[in-house]
Amino acid sequence: MERQNPFFTAFVYASALLLAIVILAPLAWLFVMSISSAADLSAKPLNWWPDEIDLSRYRALLSTIENTAGAAFVASLLNSLTVAGMATLAAIAVAIPAAWAVSRTPTVSWSLFAVIATYMLPPVALAVPLYMGLAYLGLLNSVFGLALVYLTILAPFTTWLLKSGFDSIPREIESAAMIDGARLDQILRLLTLPLAAPVMATSALFAFLLAWDEFFYALLFTSDLRAKTLTVAIADLAGGRVSDYGLIATAGVLAALPPVLIGLVMQRALISGLTSGGVKG
Amino acid sequence: MPGIWITTRAWLLMLPLLVVMIAVIGWPLVDTVRLSFTDAKLVGTAGGFVGLNNYAKMLGGSNFQRALMTTTWFAVVSVAAEMVLGVLAALLLNQQFRGRTALRALMILPWALPTVVNATLWRLIYNPEYGALNAALTQIGLLDSYRSWLGEPASALTALIVADCWKNFPLVALIALAALQAVPRDITAAALVDGAGPFNRFRYVIMPYLAGPLLVALVLRTIEAFKVFDIIWVMTRGGPANSTRTLSILVYQEAFSFQRAGSGASLALIVTLLVTILAVAYAALLRKAAGAS
Repeated sequence: MERQNPFFTAFVYASALLLAIVILAPLAWLFVMSISSAADLSAKPLNWWPDEIDLSRYRALLSTIENTAGAAFVASLLNSLTVAGMATLAAIAVAIPAAWAVSRTPTVSWSLFAVIATYMLPPVALAVPLYMGLAYLGLLNSVFGLALVYLTILAPFTTWLLKSGFDSIPREIESAAMIDGARLDQILRLLTLPLAAPVMATSALFAFLLAWDEFFYALLFTSDLRAKTLTVAIADLAGGRVSDYGLIATAGVLAALPPVLIGLVMQRALISGLTSGGVKG
Repeated sequence: MPGIWITTRAWLLMLPLLVVMIAVIGWPLVDTVRLSFTDAKLVGTAGGFVGLNNYAKMLGGSNFQRALMTTTWFAVVSVAAEMVLGVLAALLLNQQFRGRTALRALMILPWALPTVVNATLWRLIYNPEYGALNAALTQIGLLDSYRSWLGEPASALTALIVADCWKNFPLVALIALAALQAVPRDITAAALVDGAGPFNRFRYVIMPYLAGPLLVALVLRTIEAFKVFDIIWVMTRGGPANSTRTLSILVYQEAFSFQRAGSGASLALIVTLLVTILAVAYAALLRKAAGAS
């Protein structure tokens, strides 16, 4: 092994410290803003740590008293959960049979490229007809309409992830069961799908995060509490005339919490997924 | 014939996906093409056929040319910075030091942070009156008076690029780190024994392992950066004085703010064509790289 000289070791620790600060400082500041009083946040020179910890904004945003900022925030939170949940379930449901078929049938594997190619399409290329179509169906400003539109992103994406998941399950297991006289539906139900359960869970999680993060379609296709998602609600707060920056920061912390927790808990699966597919921009 | 049956079975299993994709991707794309040859409005008039008028008007307009320049600059600078910072961070994380596992776990945080929250966070940091950047720079004496980072055309785009890089370089770092960990230890040790300096070790021993995964990251990041909308919409809405108006923002304004569905559709297809050219060029590059290694 290489013997490290002390200067190099010091350099490594200094760089590691710098990297940790670069990553953590903006996040820590978001949190500090959310617990600082308005006076602390508008002080000059700025108070980097509040004199008194102020949790009132968390209470305000998570309250469900009608016609308050809280009610609007909770409604958008529930909309985000509903839309992301429905879109994920629908995407997984159509992706599982397709991904298995592509994985096991070389003659149709080219179709996967067509599926992946659609993932590169800029959303603006679909937005105008989707808007007109949703308007025609009466699905503008509806969680169902938005979930349907999210399939443009989630369906190709989950098919792609699931296909590589099925690829890693040896097809010999399936042909052995076939020789033993098992029917295809039995093989899939009792053998392949249980083996693919971890991949399906990871794919579903990725899909959910993607839908949770989505902003462009939600901005276009939703307009009020009935369907507006969290990302749009936060953009409204940030771009509106809200003078309490702490409130905006609190909404950000709450919206970031689910994906950040999932990210930390699922680290290993996420990193292997990210590095094998180079998932998401 | 079992072969034909297996192919038919595969298509049957793909049917639900195909129906969904035709409904939400295929049909809208075809309809965008149709709309691009009409003067349709978003609401109301279906519009009449106008041939290539929309394309001529959009391509010839100064708005498009300026947005193309802005988008290219945003994509090139932010992706280049993300690549360099990502590789440097990966080289660091590949060293042995205490706290390495924790630092690697931290790298997942900016990636997991929703794009809109990231944009909001940086918008607060850049705030001209109460922002942390102004406060920090004045308190350490680097700045005399508070500046409006997002309010001045000279600094707005750079401020956006910094915010975008902060969110995305950790992803590049994680991809590069996984590639670095695939470099066999005995090869680096042998290069060291043979007296190769740090630069040569990086260039001739490590780079061949890094090149493939980095190229994939480069492709995906460039295409994403070229389509950028969310972070810009939340932070500047394309302003000030249109200095951060990228192509996606321009399409949004044309089709939805001004409700000109026809010309908006033609602009959207021009953007799609540019992204496709990028993707095809990169695919060729990837194939060449795969052939070379």
